[in-house]
Amino acid sequence: MSAQHENGPREHPHRKLERRFGLFAIVSTVAISIGGIVEITPMFSAKTGPQPLPGVTPYTALEVAGRDIYIREGCYLCHSQMVRPMRAELQRYGEWSRAGEYAYDRPFQLGSRRTGPDLMRVGGKYPDAWHFEHMRDPRSTSPGSIMPRYPWLLEHRYHAAAVYASVRALQKAGVPYMEVTPENVARSAAGQARAIVASLASMQIATEPDREIVALIAYLQRLGQDGKRALAARPAAGATP
Amino acid sequence: MAHGEGGVAVAEPAPARTAPPPQAATATYDDAIVRMFFAATVLWAVVGMLVGVTIALQLAFWPANLGIPYTTFGRLRPLHTNAVIFAFAGNVCFTGIYYSMQRLLKTRMYSDLLSRLHFWGWQLIIVLAAVTLPLGLTQAREYAELIWPVDLLVTVVWVIFAINFFGTLAIRKVRHMYVAIWFYMSFVITIAVLHIVNNLAIPATLTRSYPVYAGLTDALVQWWYGHNAVGFFLTTPFLGLMYYFLPRAAERPVYSYRLSIVHFWALVFLYIWAGPHHLLYSALPDWAQTLGMVFSIMLLAPSWGGMINGLMTLRGAWDRLRTDPILKFMVVAVSFYGMSTFEGPMMSIRAVNGLAHFTNWVIGHVHSGALGWVGMMSFGMLYWLAPRLWGQLARPKWATTHFWLATVGIVLYTVSMWAAGLMEGLMWRAVDDAGQLKYPNFTEIVGDLNPFYWLRFVGGTLYLIGVLMMAWNFVLTVRAARAAASAPAVSPAAA
Repeated sequence: MSAQHENGPREHPHRKLERRFGLFAIVSTVAISIGGIVEITPMFSAKTGPQPLPGVTPYTALEVAGRDIYIREGCYLCHSQMVRPMRAELQRYGEWSRAGEYAYDRPFQLGSRRTGPDLMRVGGKYPDAWHFEHMRDPRSTSPGSIMPRYPWLLEHRYHAAAVYASVRALQKAGVPYMEVTPENVARSAAGQARAIVASLASMQIATEPDREIVALIAYLQRLGQDGKRALAARPAAGATP
Repeated sequence: MAHGEGGVAVAEPAPARTAPPPQAATATYDDAIVRMFFAATVLWAVVGMLVGVTIALQLAFWPANLGIPYTTFGRLRPLHTNAVIFAFAGNVCFTGIYYSMQRLLKTRMYSDLLSRLHFWGWQLIIVLAAVTLPLGLTQAREYAELIWPVDLLVTVVWVIFAINFFGTLAIRKVRHMYVAIWFYMSFVITIAVLHIVNNLAIPATLTRSYPVYAGLTDALVQWWYGHNAVGFFLTTPFLGLMYYFLPRAAERPVYSYRLSIVHFWALVFLYIWAGPHHLLYSALPDWAQTLGMVFSIMLLAPSWGGMINGLMTLRGAWDRLRTDPILKFMVVAVSFYGMSTFEGPMMSIRAVNGLAHFTNWVIGHVHSGALGWVGMMSFGMLYWLAPRLWGQLARPKWATTHFWLATVGIVLYTVSMWAAGLMEGLMWRAVDDAGQLKYPNFTEIVGDLNPFYWLRFVGGTLYLIGVLMMAWNFVLTVRAARAAASAPAVSPAAA
């Protein structure tokens, strides 16, 4: 093999590497590892990584069930959950998103596209009945919307056993849930669901506590609430207490 | 599956100055596997782009969601991205790698069995994706939506591919590894690392799991993965294909050996840092955001190094662009590569990102890379390979028609999305003299985007029609080759 003939009298030093595939593979692996290590590892440190904002607590069992539905339907593909610290965004959506608010979000749902509006602060913005009608027919509450209808959420039921499996897995992943038993999960979900069913009934909407729409409403109404409360409770920056 | 009757190697001219000189080849190459991946590529191209056009229609005309769970935008969009990235582009890479590697190294692939396991395993993954995603079974991580059992299968198949790849390097008959091989190697290694780290999760059921990372850490890991899926699934293997197939098609050596060294190492080192540009203005620590932005801007240099090496390879052969549809595809592909790798760094600048993020501009940017660079490079390669794998193209003129349909389609697509993105980005932030939002009603902005969604649908449809013409052209080509063959038919493998 006459690399030297092709490239003049002296061989380019890189040629040696080009003949040794094992070494080439090792050098490549090092080259592609450095950036990720430098950027990602500090996120796991208590000093430099994000910590839960005081007052932000994990999702309830019913909210976990609702979040599973949010993920299943791919809501994150059209709705972000990330209010940027810009004037227009604060006016449109409210408080900008803090790192510590996402502490229990697995997987994260920041999104990458706003075909529809941001949902970070949608919790408490509309009554439960609004969400019910919106999922049944988005144009009934938001004329001009291009969102699909989700009538099946009004029919399908979530199952307590599946909710338990989710909460249990989240606990294993590190979310600080206590006394996760099938009974506790079922009781917690049913209690919260009954309250939502009652609030819907007050608006002449009849449904049952184990319908998917109830779980989804629970999740949507929770979004951004803890953070909003925690931030409101803090003294304003620069203010003397 | 027939193994032995793949193409018999002929002494082909070396593709470039840095490649080994032609030798009297005695090895028998496995071209049957190349034909299998080729056929799968064409099939998945049609499927993936058809789903793309469908969801484009859904944005222009919401009743196209059809009112049933399995066909809503939120479920079909992951199907589209997975189908075009992993099914179409993945099979393109494997087609080109299995063809070029054997010739560059003057050896058959390490193991025919591993090649087949790789092929059928990968197609099984795609079929599982096509079933699970419309069912709403997803991890909700962009381009990593597949549920954990499928992720495990991906890992197994990737290891099979890696063993076959490095095994082939171990038994190579040519000591020197040509630049295309470097890029393939970075593809094999990096995708393995990205896939495993990003998909670490705790299973809840057979179809549901939760990541071991939480919140912004999870977001950072995912976008480290997501951006480098673009970098190492849609860029480096395709640069490898460019380094092999462009010089072959142009019958010119690669422009600069030194440039290929510098831009290869710079590209693979810098790319991995750029992920946080997907999280600008989030609550990710500022230093991480800034690193992501700075490295993204630096990426312009090695990216353009690749573009220059590709375009300058055509020096002295520019006149052939007038007549050769293969070179037309490849030159436009490399030009789109240059354009979208200029646009990407620009969009990573914080101030620009503040306007562009969350808008259709990003969709336009992605598609100038996907339709322009990945798609056009793939079509050029496929048109170059088809006569070598089967025989004379049945409809040579259709290739030129395909080229123009694709080009006009891309222009309509990107221009409409740029316009839509700028418009919505500006309307979201517009305030009146009193400092109040000018368009407080979000759906008003949504409505104004409608004409652009239709225009994008038209552009995507033109692009799809071109792909359908290509697919039919290949079907006719294979049929003609089979009819002409008096020898026992060589199975081109139904995908």
